[in-house]
Amino acid sequence: MAGQQRVYRQRIRSTQSLKKIFRAMELIAASRIGKARARVDAASPYARAITRAVSAVATHADVDHPLTTERAELRRAAVLIVTADRGMAGAYSASVLREAERLLDQLVEEGKEPVLYVTGRRGVSYFSFRHRETARHWTGSSDAPTLETAREVVDTLLAAFLSEGDDAVGELHVVYTQFVNMVSQTPRVVRMLPLEVVEGVAEVGTEPLPLYEFEPSADVVLDALLPRYVQSRIYSFLLQAAASELASRQRAMHTATENAEELIRTFTRLANQARQAEITQEISEIVSGADALASS
Amino acid sequence: MAHLEVDLVAADRKVWSGEASMVSAPAADGDIGILPGHAPVLATLRAGTVRITPTGGEVRQVRIDSGFLSVDGDRVTVVVDSVDDGSATTTAR
Repeated sequence: MAGQQRVYRQRIRSTQSLKKIFRAMELIAASRIGKARARVDAASPYARAITRAVSAVATHADVDHPLTTERAELRRAAVLIVTADRGMAGAYSASVLREAERLLDQLVEEGKEPVLYVTGRRGVSYFSFRHRETARHWTGSSDAPTLETAREVVDTLLAAFLSEGDDAVGELHVVYTQFVNMVSQTPRVVRMLPLEVVEGVAEVGTEPLPLYEFEPSADVVLDALLPRYVQSRIYSFLLQAAASELASRQRAMHTATENAEELIRTFTRLANQARQAEITQEISEIVSGADALASS
Repeated sequence: MAHLEVDLVAADRKVWSGEASMVSAPAADGDIGILPGHAPVLATLRAGTVRITPTGGEVRQVRIDSGFLSVDGDRVTVVVDSVDDGSATTTAR
């Protein structure tokens, strides 16, 4: 009987230490999330300036650029999947991957051949476990992506898109998690390339754009702008994915902490019950022993 | 006196913003100087130094490697890929 009690005490102790770990991870995620959101905000003036400039060029010049041209003859389609490096973030990576699978099925149905580019260890291990080839992957900085990582990713993808060889891809899709707010992050699929430059792409406002002079020429400016536009979009996707990852992790760890507390409560109750049962049994043994002596 | 509203942004942050009386930047084929009342222009930049003369302040020099510049009314936006941090200091002229 005493064994029963000991087992419960042991499980309470181990759950308590787990709870401490969960709590610590929750706090770490919470403290990093502020930083991640600040980075999203810090990158937005650049994105705004680029978008504005792109729409300015689009309204004044004929947009005819390799990045905006449909390459219908190519059946290969690049898919960039943004996942986390570590788990412990609830369904974060799983839901991105589910969305990605849906996109891949759709591409295959359209008769295209998807080429996978993956960031984050979770995504990489998901595909390598299933023996599915990834063209290129990046790991190690999913919760704090740097500009260098974004550049590397974009350079690789643009090179594949602009390539003339066998490795050329005809379009680029990005699957990432959009950071709506602290409680809601949704996986999203975006078709990034070929770019669709619509006049007045973004919130340019109601005022008409001024008549710009281009220095040295509209084409050269466009040449310089479009790759930067793609880079700034993808960088912002990575940053949002990082913020989403941390938010999911914080929420998952919060739930885990609460579950641990619940378990500790249950085990304490069971341990108390076991102790009480033991005491009751001892008493009844003593009483029945005394009875037996008295009656003899 | 009219002045320019200047924003100098890098890909991951805002480097400098404020009012200035003059901005000069290394455009693709020759330096370009912007004074208040300049015509709207979109120019690509090559590696070089952007000089901003703030109203009532010392000249700021920022070394950049590439980027572009847009002038719209009296709003000047200098967008750069990367900024040499050490150079983003105020220097007297």
